[in-house]
Amino acid sequence: MLPNIPELVIFLVLAVIAVAAALGMLASSNAIYSALFLVVNFGVVATFYLLLGAPFIAMAQVTVYAGAIMVLFLFVIMLLGAEQMKPTSHNLLWQKPLSIVLIILLLSISFYVVLGQGVSTGSDLMQNTSGYGSPSAIGTLLFQKYLFPFEATSILLLAAMVGAVVLTGVRKQRRRIRKSRRL
Amino acid sequence: MIGIVIEALIKSALIAFVLLTAFAYLTFAERKIAALMQVRKGPNRVGPWGLLQPAADGIKLIFKEEVMPAGADKVLFFLAPILTMIPAIVIVAVIPLGPDVELFGRTIRLGITDLNVGLLYILAIASVAVYGIVLAGWSSANKYALLGGLRASAQMISYEIALGLSIIGPIMLAGTLSLQGIVQAQQSSTWYVLWQPLGAMIFLIAGLAELNRAPFDMPEAEQELTAGYFTEYSGMKFSLFFMGEYIKMVAVSAIATTLFFGGYLGPFVDKLPWLGILYFAIKTVGFLFLMIWIRLTLPRLRYDQLMAFGWKVLLPLALFNVVITAVVIVFVG
Repeated sequence: MLPNIPELVIFLVLAVIAVAAALGMLASSNAIYSALFLVVNFGVVATFYLLLGAPFIAMAQVTVYAGAIMVLFLFVIMLLGAEQMKPTSHNLLWQKPLSIVLIILLLSISFYVVLGQGVSTGSDLMQNTSGYGSPSAIGTLLFQKYLFPFEATSILLLAAMVGAVVLTGVRKQRRRIRKSRRL
Repeated sequence: MIGIVIEALIKSALIAFVLLTAFAYLTFAERKIAALMQVRKGPNRVGPWGLLQPAADGIKLIFKEEVMPAGADKVLFFLAPILTMIPAIVIVAVIPLGPDVELFGRTIRLGITDLNVGLLYILAIASVAVYGIVLAGWSSANKYALLGGLRASAQMISYEIALGLSIIGPIMLAGTLSLQGIVQAQQSSTWYVLWQPLGAMIFLIAGLAELNRAPFDMPEAEQELTAGYFTEYSGMKFSLFFMGEYIKMVAVSAIATTLFFGGYLGPFVDKLPWLGILYFAIKTVGFLFLMIWIRLTLPRLRYDQLMAFGWKVLLPLALFNVVITAVVIVFVG
């Protein structure tokens, strides 16, 4: 079967943007630009999800990753004033050859997997998954088949939230105690 | 295929044109209404009743000198106003302006599109809208601008949660995420503001905070921050920020109309579908008037009060509203 031509063109254009954004993130010396390249990458990945017929995941990707998380990243970078990277110090020199070895390993594994399975086009993925990524389908799956993992994750997140509140609250109490001692 | 693309292009161009015109006359309306409420005359020199004032303002802004601060990050300084402006326009794409109509033998949807994840799309765009403001603050190389940008983003992130939770009420009542579906569900019941008065109120308050508009205009508090994130901007770049803010006002009003006030519904819409646009416009203008009125009435909040209100009052209330709605739907039906 021939792949859907407009879809293929869109995919190729997006793929180029995704790779370019990823490279830009690695190559830019300014941390703010790195973060912004990552946002572009997340946006492109969200569009891939749309092409695969999973609009819910696409919107969640934009809201959670491109929106909330990366804004917090930018916040931290701006508040710390850490946007300019310092020249790497000599004790990190061993990372360079190691990174090259790891890249070659990763690329060869992914080539092996892709060539072993054969390249499948987006269109037959679409056929398998029509209606699969709709909000109602995902909701049904989450609240019936995967109810336990879903609830376990929510408890985990709640615990993390309570932890953050406790950690900031304790400091305030200590300060109050110190103040009362001074009085 | 080609027909769909052409239709979408025409509708997008029309809506962008309407939004930009609405921006121009919204600034005029705001000045005129402010003047009326403060027993002044307002702009009255350019054209009859000052009606050409927005055009005069536009011409002036185009010919203003653009100043680039010395230490500014040039790329991001240029990009930030555009990034503020685009989400404001794009978010309108999923709002239905009327029922389907017949035109030149085609069935045409009034509104650019109808997604089955329409409301999630709105939330996604709203969460990306922060970037323009943060980057404007950072790239200006100005302490006031940076503080304004950080304040704005902290405020927008905080109120986004209450905003998202207030939207869940209509979603649960209608059982769909599509805005067209939510409007049609309001045809058989009544406007959701009657079932969700608390949700509607939370949406309006959080919406005002998302817009950084009075009484939540902390990011641009003149006394503390000169003008906040757009302190260093001038000329057309400055007006892009303004455009973004006013178009977002229109967008929030349109979303509130759709979710809580029946969207384009009104008497005789089923017979004359074009009336839908008129009803929709009237309701949206009503919200815009309300926003201007609130700005002229209420003083600005203090920053810690604003954050405490968002997290300690609005968020629990919104959660409470979601729980009550769910309980009522399950037990009463």
